[in-house]
Amino acid sequence: MGTFISGVPDLMEWGLRGPALSSRRASTLRFVAVAGFLVLWSMASGIVVVMKLFNPIFLPGPWVVIGKVVEMGVKGQLWAHVGATMERVAVGFTTGAVLALLLGIVAGHVRVVRNVVEPIIELLRPIPPLAVLPLFIVWIGIGETSKVGFITYATFFPMFLTTVHAVRQIDPLLVRAAQSLGAGSLQVFRLIILPAALPEILTGVRLGVALSFFVIVISEFIGAEHGLGYLINDGRNFFLVPQMLGAAIVLGLLGYTGNALVRLLERRLLRWQSPS
Amino acid sequence: MSRAPLKIQIQKVTKTFARDARSAPAVVDFDLDVAERELLCILGPSGCGKSTLLNIVAGFIQPTSGTVLVDGRPVTGPGAERGVVFQEYVLFPWLTVAGNVEFGPLLQGVAAEERRRTAARYLELVGLAPHAHKFPVQLSGGMKQRVAIARALANNPAIILMDEPFGALDAQTREVLQDELSRIQRVEHKTILFITHSIREAVYLADRVVVMTSAPGRIKRVFDIELPEVRDRFTREFTEYESEITRMVKEEVAKVHE
Repeated sequence: MGTFISGVPDLMEWGLRGPALSSRRASTLRFVAVAGFLVLWSMASGIVVVMKLFNPIFLPGPWVVIGKVVEMGVKGQLWAHVGATMERVAVGFTTGAVLALLLGIVAGHVRVVRNVVEPIIELLRPIPPLAVLPLFIVWIGIGETSKVGFITYATFFPMFLTTVHAVRQIDPLLVRAAQSLGAGSLQVFRLIILPAALPEILTGVRLGVALSFFVIVISEFIGAEHGLGYLINDGRNFFLVPQMLGAAIVLGLLGYTGNALVRLLERRLLRWQSPS
Repeated sequence: MSRAPLKIQIQKVTKTFARDARSAPAVVDFDLDVAERELLCILGPSGCGKSTLLNIVAGFIQPTSGTVLVDGRPVTGPGAERGVVFQEYVLFPWLTVAGNVEFGPLLQGVAAEERRRTAARYLELVGLAPHAHKFPVQLSGGMKQRVAIARALANNPAIILMDEPFGALDAQTREVLQDELSRIQRVEHKTILFITHSIREAVYLADRVVVMTSAPGRIKRVFDIELPEVRDRFTREFTEYESEITRMVKEEVAKVHE
């Protein structure tokens, strides 16, 4: 357990896989894992049906769920929900990222700002974002603004903190090297601080993307008429388990894609870390 | 050599780090003049404050008292006329080799075409022209330090401050880079303040060697190295300087352990 906990930063970096295997072996293993999971799931739902353990509508097999997703896709109702969720995530996350990066860079760079902002952040940060969701609803209603605002609020803290840390952990010798080549403070900021902080800032952004998908679902449980979170909650009311699982799978795919996009951005911008 | 105009004047420089008021000063009442085009090595036991001194001349830290003059004007901060080469290379990892070398000219607003020419010229000088497009992570320590030297030179500073630049390299690479620096200096004629704890390195490179006392750092003795410009580490004269300075440094190291 101890090693598991101390391994959490590695988990963030590598997932459960650990450092990379050869790409062919990795993709074979990935395929086997997904196939194996689907087989186990099918078997489990099959056993429920055959042995009459409980009402099989509670555990539909993977094909039923996938079929449901395809059906919703073909009929078209799925896209409105995906669109609603994506729009909220896009607007909420982008706002959170812009605020967090701007404020974080300034706070990391300017001590006075840091000293002013830090106690406020430290006070708010330990409050689980979910605890303030009802407040958001009371203050700004159950419309789009509270949902988007909630994502902004929840994603702000991790991205702000990683940005402050990213700026602060920069090797001061890099700044000295630039100064002794004649760089003024604006040049140091633009040509040294920003590129040197970028890797860790992007890690924070990746964290923010993951977190936005995490919190959007919950805000869509409350007072939403569209969105994948709404689909799950709606499915719960009517025991539509395939719809619940289907929406969850679509959410998973969206989150996965978001993460992959940030990784792509990292590979593009941070090519200097592992040039071929 | 000492008749050339004075480039750097270190006057009564004392530096106390304010960790606590009673802490011993790193450098006390240090006086030293460096002549134009001179390569001066400061040699001393570790912790004698020689790097502190270099950081003061570079303008990275302020002396507690005393002043440093460059061309007669007091140093108030880092500046482009004093290039610095660090022991840890300190390349900008997100820039290519060429990008690093072009950094100084870029700051000065030199046009791209001319920047490229300057970078190419200095990469040629340090033998790294074929590696211009690589990133620092792809280079060995010796290559990184060559880039750092090219980066400093491309900015055309009158003074280069070198803080144990070859200290992190293996013995062979070290000697190769000493040869290169000596060759470059015969072309570029910079005023170089060179910090080292290697006696051999100091005798090989320096016009003058300043031996410092152990903390607090003071000048113990200054040696004029009267050897030809192109030096041979195995001549009798060379080894005589080496053993004389070694004796002197040993006295200082012994004091630390008393």
